[in-house]
Amino acid sequence: MAALNNLTEHLEAFVDVTRSPTHHAESLKAIATSLEKGVLSINQLVVEMDMYLTTTDDVVRARGSILLLAEMLDYLKSKPLDNAVVHSLIGFFTAKLAEWRSVRGALSGCLALIKRKGVAGVVTAVDAEAVAKSMAQSIQVQSLALYDRKLCFELLECLLEQYPEAMINLGDLMVYATCEAIDGEKDPPCLMIAFHVVELLARLFPSPSGPVASEASDLFEFISCYFPLHYTHTKGDEASIPREDLSRGLSLAISSTPFFEPYAIPLLLEKLSASLPVAKVDSLKCLKDCAVNYGVSRMKKHYKDLWPALKDALYASTKTDLSFGLESLTSPGFEMGEIHREAVNLLQRLVKQDISFLGLVVEDIRVNMVFDTISRYLRYEEMLDTSKLEVLVVSQILSVSARSSVESCNIIFETFFSRLMNTLGIVEKTSPGDLVHNENSTVSTRLYHGGLHLCIELLTASKDLIPSSEECTSTPESAQQSWCSIVNRFSASLIEAFTSAVQSSNDDCSADAYLGVKGLLAMGMFRGGSSPVSRSEFEKILTTLTSIIAANSAKTVKWELALKALVCMGSFIDRYSESEKAMSYMAIVVENLVSLVRSSHCSLPHPMILEATSEVCSTMPTYVEKMVEGFEEAFCSSFSDFCVSLGPMTLDRKVFTIVSVSISNKQGIESFLISNYYLENTCQVNGNFKSIENCSQLLECVTNKLLPRLTEIDGLEKSLVNFAISMWNQIESSIVFSYDFNGREFVEAAMKTMGEIVGVASVDSQNSIIQKAYNVISSSTLPAMESIPLTVAALEGLQRNLSTRDELILSLFASVIIGASPKASIPDVKSLVDLFLVSFLKGYIRAAQALGSMINKLVTGSGGTNISTDCSLEEACDIIFHESDSSKTICGSETFLGKICLGFCGSLDLQTRAITGLAWIGKGLLMRGDKRVNEIALVLMECLKSTNSSGNALHPSAMKHAADAFLTLMSDSEVCLNRKFHAVIRPLYKQRFFSITVPILESLIVNSQTPLSRTMLHVALAHVVSNVPVTVILDNTKKLLSVILEGLSVLSVDSVHKETLFSLLLVLSGTLTDIKGQQSVSDNAHRIIECLVKLTSYPHLMVVRETAIQCLATLLELPHGRIYPFRREVLQAVTKALDDPKRRVREEAIKCRQAWTSISSRSTPF
Amino acid sequence: MVSGLINENPTVYERKERRVRTDSTNSDEFSVEPIDQLEIFDILFFDFAFINIHHIRDIRDPEHPYSLEQLKVLTEDSVEVDDLKSYVRVTFTPTVEHCSMATIIGLSIRVKLMRSLPPRYKIDIRVAPGSHATEAALNKQLNDKERVAAALENPNLVEMVDECLSPSFE
Repeated sequence: MAALNNLTEHLEAFVDVTRSPTHHAESLKAIATSLEKGVLSINQLVVEMDMYLTTTDDVVRARGSILLLAEMLDYLKSKPLDNAVVHSLIGFFTAKLAEWRSVRGALSGCLALIKRKGVAGVVTAVDAEAVAKSMAQSIQVQSLALYDRKLCFELLECLLEQYPEAMINLGDLMVYATCEAIDGEKDPPCLMIAFHVVELLARLFPSPSGPVASEASDLFEFISCYFPLHYTHTKGDEASIPREDLSRGLSLAISSTPFFEPYAIPLLLEKLSASLPVAKVDSLKCLKDCAVNYGVSRMKKHYKDLWPALKDALYASTKTDLSFGLESLTSPGFEMGEIHREAVNLLQRLVKQDISFLGLVVEDIRVNMVFDTISRYLRYEEMLDTSKLEVLVVSQILSVSARSSVESCNIIFETFFSRLMNTLGIVEKTSPGDLVHNENSTVSTRLYHGGLHLCIELLTASKDLIPSSEECTSTPESAQQSWCSIVNRFSASLIEAFTSAVQSSNDDCSADAYLGVKGLLAMGMFRGGSSPVSRSEFEKILTTLTSIIAANSAKTVKWELALKALVCMGSFIDRYSESEKAMSYMAIVVENLVSLVRSSHCSLPHPMILEATSEVCSTMPTYVEKMVEGFEEAFCSSFSDFCVSLGPMTLDRKVFTIVSVSISNKQGIESFLISNYYLENTCQVNGNFKSIENCSQLLECVTNKLLPRLTEIDGLEKSLVNFAISMWNQIESSIVFSYDFNGREFVEAAMKTMGEIVGVASVDSQNSIIQKAYNVISSSTLPAMESIPLTVAALEGLQRNLSTRDELILSLFASVIIGASPKASIPDVKSLVDLFLVSFLKGYIRAAQALGSMINKLVTGSGGTNISTDCSLEEACDIIFHESDSSKTICGSETFLGKICLGFCGSLDLQTRAITGLAWIGKGLLMRGDKRVNEIALVLMECLKSTNSSGNALHPSAMKHAADAFLTLMSDSEVCLNRKFHAVIRPLYKQRFFSITVPILESLIVNSQTPLSRTMLHVALAHVVSNVPVTVILDNTKKLLSVILEGLSVLSVDSVHKETLFSLLLVLSGTLTDIKGQQSVSDNAHRIIECLVKLTSYPHLMVVRETAIQCLATLLELPHGRIYPFRREVLQAVTKALDDPKRRVREEAIKCRQAWTSISSRSTPF
Repeated sequence: MVSGLINENPTVYERKERRVRTDSTNSDEFSVEPIDQLEIFDILFFDFAFINIHHIRDIRDPEHPYSLEQLKVLTEDSVEVDDLKSYVRVTFTPTVEHCSMATIIGLSIRVKLMRSLPPRYKIDIRVAPGSHATEAALNKQLNDKERVAAALENPNLVEMVDECLSPSFE
């Protein structure tokens, strides 16, 4: 009984109009849930509501009861109801439809019941009929409010969809009701449903004697008045229906029944001739729908009017500027407006549907006139605009018609193609295989641009009609492909004509080359076995294009066009897997280009060959394999050009013996280095400039062109790994390099390529590369360096630099280590650590980076999960930090490395190298979240103090390196220790470092003794602050703001720090706008403004001035009272900036000045 | 004030395609980019279109919602500038000979330039020869320091000038 008590409460609440909508919804929900749970039955509810349903108070009756009941039913859509209940309810609602006061409730009640589906208890057809009848008779739709109208239309829609038989019984009545309901409707959502209702009606009454047929003219009148749709209120109502959707609905309604045809087509044609673009587009779209739905026989009556209208639309919407550019090689070459596109669609539809429409096209005078126009001008740019238009439109019409169906294509080709060939002077071949060779057959070819364009358009259109290979076997291909035989007859001469067009072109006119290449491309893109172009002809096309690429010595338009055409053909072959053509392509294009790469002695510049080869070959995996092989060979041959290999090359035996002796007795690296030096200078080296340059270009090509596409091309990884290994083989077999200034570039390129290949390779491949590299390195003289004791004397004693070969090996090996993943196994880690340690102290930064990477990826000793490595992180750290006296492993200032860094021993060079190396090692540790980095940071900070602990002054250069070390630690590096190179990256490592170092740096700044040390500390701090994520800064704005401001003023003194200054300024600008920082910014406004004003005249970097002025403008967001006092000061500074040498600064200044002036009183307008 | 428009049906011209500045000198930090014709024109018309292309700020003709450029009151060629001598001269062409708005237009141009150019500049605003009935008087009025200053003391006038300089959204 409690439920019933509550029910009364809820009912009261719902009926009371003074309560809020949320109240209403709540009570509704409560009742609905109790109904759902079965606590309450519908009968009980109705009985309980008795009073509300029968009261004489209209408002309560309409709202409370009927609407409540209706909404309730909407909630209970899926709850099964007794059929009797449904019957009585629908009867009730039907009756209520007549009462205008409660019409909303009645409508939604009917709708909710009609929408019920399946098992849940449905309305019977008889009841539905009664609803429809009652609605048709008693509701004046257009006199209702918007929402009620929408309900009406929805109800109509639902009735027609769910009870078609019942509605058919009603016949005329439904059509009348719909007409009446639509008449005068203006709201898009209602119209959307109304159009659909018309569509449903048309589907329901298809018979010519039915009510729709007899009322067609009236019905059409009501919907046609909306065409073309135009929204008067464009903005504001976002929930409303977009114009496109509504227009689509209208179009479907208009085309819904053939009975509209006598009215619709004339109307649409009239609208098509209007000047409004929207009207044109809509009528074209609608005509297309009509053509589909009305059927051929009905459309036929209108062909005579339709064709000229369509033609006019095409003429009016075509622009005459044909592009001869690279990008239009695979597209129509001119801009297609929406009208144009729709017109083309319509034409294609009409031709496809009824071939007799083509008769109009073929007989059209304008179409036939085009041949005269073509033969009047040789070059496209000589043509008058009208002639251009003529040619473009007719080509478009013919190609679209040809594309529509095989049949239409046959007709077009039979009628026009031979004529076109005659005009162009292209002869057909008489018997298969040989060409008519009258003496001047090529001379008589007249390459009219217009004609070529038309020809290409036709060929391109027809190529889509070739059935794919499996269809080909099923359909008899005899009679239907007469166009094919026509093309076949002309193919040889056509190819010749296009070839001559390309060859005759010169640089200042790209049209010839464009048309020629496009023509060849069109000829080469015919699919399958039934292609009109024979294999030999296809090969001829490939040969022509390849020779264009090989012959040019500069990057001309022709060259680029030919390359793009080849790439298109390559990917076309791959897409349709044409094995025969693929073989030709391989033999002609790929092998030729690859051999060009290999030969390295041809007129074409090396980068261009590489570009062409990589573009062409990446179209298919087999080509890629071939190409990488070619690259390998090319690399080996150019490499051996500039170095002496151990193989059959002539090498002074004596020298060689010296080398071997010095290696074998390991007397000292010194003597070896001398001998090596001697070797380099005495050997007759046939190296040349060119080959070393070629080598670096080749490597660059591999890095820039191939590596990024690794995921697209299968099998590329394997080939590249082989490439890397053969690089090592090549280096192994050669003992002396001679290169001077070009060498650096080569080494850089080689390092980059090697690193990236290792980076992308799988762990197994990495292992094999690492093994290979290790073998090379252990057979070189480098291991000798491992044994050098880590004492200052020994290091300083190592006077000479490494030989170039060793340097190359070391750098490449470092790159391999950098790129290796943590899972890869590195042999003999301990001695490698030693090697890298010594070499970075000798100044090879790459070695420091490799060491950092290694430290980053080594497993920790405790876990011991990875057996493959023989050295744990702890052991490696032991070696690096080389604890001499005590056995506990720390890496602070007590270590050997720390001592060098702090300048206790060794030269300045050694000191700076040690600092840089320490930074990279620290970075490796930092990124994996190792605690040891803290001690490294302490050492580095120690270096920033003006004196070390023993009272000796630190050299400025060392301090600078130490400050920059913080940049190394914090910034994301491109060359190593990043995601690409599989670095172990612990989340939030930057934040952690920030929170450790910043407080120390701050206190050091406060206590700093000399200006230099202070500046350097600020530089270090700026590096840390500007590389940490912004959110961290924002959380600490209060603390940081004053030190940032101080930093800005300290750094602005010297131009050396301009980049650092800029990044720090960016940090400041980030804090200005954020809400978190607002309070402290507001508190420090005076200092900020003072600092920014100073920076507006910072002479060394424009972006600093620009950003400072922008920041000043942003400050205007602070409370008015806070900034007003600085108005004069700021305006003065900004006015000065109006005269800045740089335009961008002036522009910012104008805006900033305007903004600051506007906060002052009106009396000073300028 | 005037009732009805002075030029009810002005000819509206299409906007000329904007000359795009080629930033070749941008790479050099210390090269000087002098203030040139295009920059002045940009100051007068475009609130630096590359920043936000939709908020193009024009000086508007007080009578019509068209911008001065659309009415060809100002063209790029009508701006002469010499950065070394700190001199700029803007010549504008009122749409009709007896246009009473010419003073306001001239004043707006002057105010805009005064706000946007360094103080070292001398600004000279002129009516195109033969384009206005009281050409000489107008030129004198627009370039008389005292009278300009006096005009800008007048709150009504300042309001009108600001109205002209306010952004028009397209």
